[in-house]
Amino acid sequence: MVGQVREMLEARVAALPRDELAELTGITAGPTTPPADRVLARLLPDFHREDATLSGGLRALHEPELLAVKDGVAAVVLETCPARGGRIRLTDEQAQAWLSALNDVRLALGTVLEVTEDMPDELPADDPRAPHLVVYHWLTWVQESLIQALAGT
Amino acid sequence: MGNVGGNIGVMTTPVELEQTQVDPAVNEVGSQDRPWLSIVWNDPVNLMSYVTYVFQKLFGYSRDEATKLMLDVHHKGRAVVTQGSRDKVEIDVAKLHGAGLWATMQRDV
Repeated sequence: MVGQVREMLEARVAALPRDELAELTGITAGPTTPPADRVLARLLPDFHREDATLSGGLRALHEPELLAVKDGVAAVVLETCPARGGRIRLTDEQAQAWLSALNDVRLALGTVLEVTEDMPDELPADDPRAPHLVVYHWLTWVQESLIQALAGT
Repeated sequence: MGNVGGNIGVMTTPVELEQTQVDPAVNEVGSQDRPWLSIVWNDPVNLMSYVTYVFQKLFGYSRDEATKLMLDVHHKGRAVVTQGSRDKVEIDVAKLHGAGLWATMQRDV
């Protein structure tokens, strides 16, 4: 799932038209319009709720960095997660990256599943979302545990 | 918020008083009266513990302060998390986005 989120973010980067000015200056500008895909839209929110012009300008300015940050934390998880599972030890920095990457995956999954504040523990077996909700709840537990470990409670 | 100018005193000659009264609806006097705000909005995915942690980590709030802010987000739907110049608040919002929070900026009224 971390890999999938990463692919979505990469697609967003790849969708940018070639920018000759960026190639000259090394400064990349992002798109000014929010993503049409609702998962990406949740991961890459607007800066201002009403002023679309301001939002667009700030998106172009900040989105490349945001994409890089999210890609970076996803990469840490993919690098430190053993292929067959098991115990892992993380440095504080890696743990922070896991926390952020886990949150991104939960945001992505939560958006697709349309989770609400009072989401039940289980959905009826005939609901196609049911198995995915199980994963979502498990990820929630993992993230909660990680926060407790990091916050030292 | 605005200033009300004027003097109370004895004037021997008519003087044109410069009014520094600010119309709250259209503030042209300066940005000090209307700082920019970063707002975090409630969403059904983000954990209360995570939001609290992010506020502490990004902005140095104490656990109690961060918890109070998080509860405002949770119960009222939104909370002002930081305020200041437009540049500062823009960076704050970018950082909040980096942490996956739903944040926007707006000018104080």
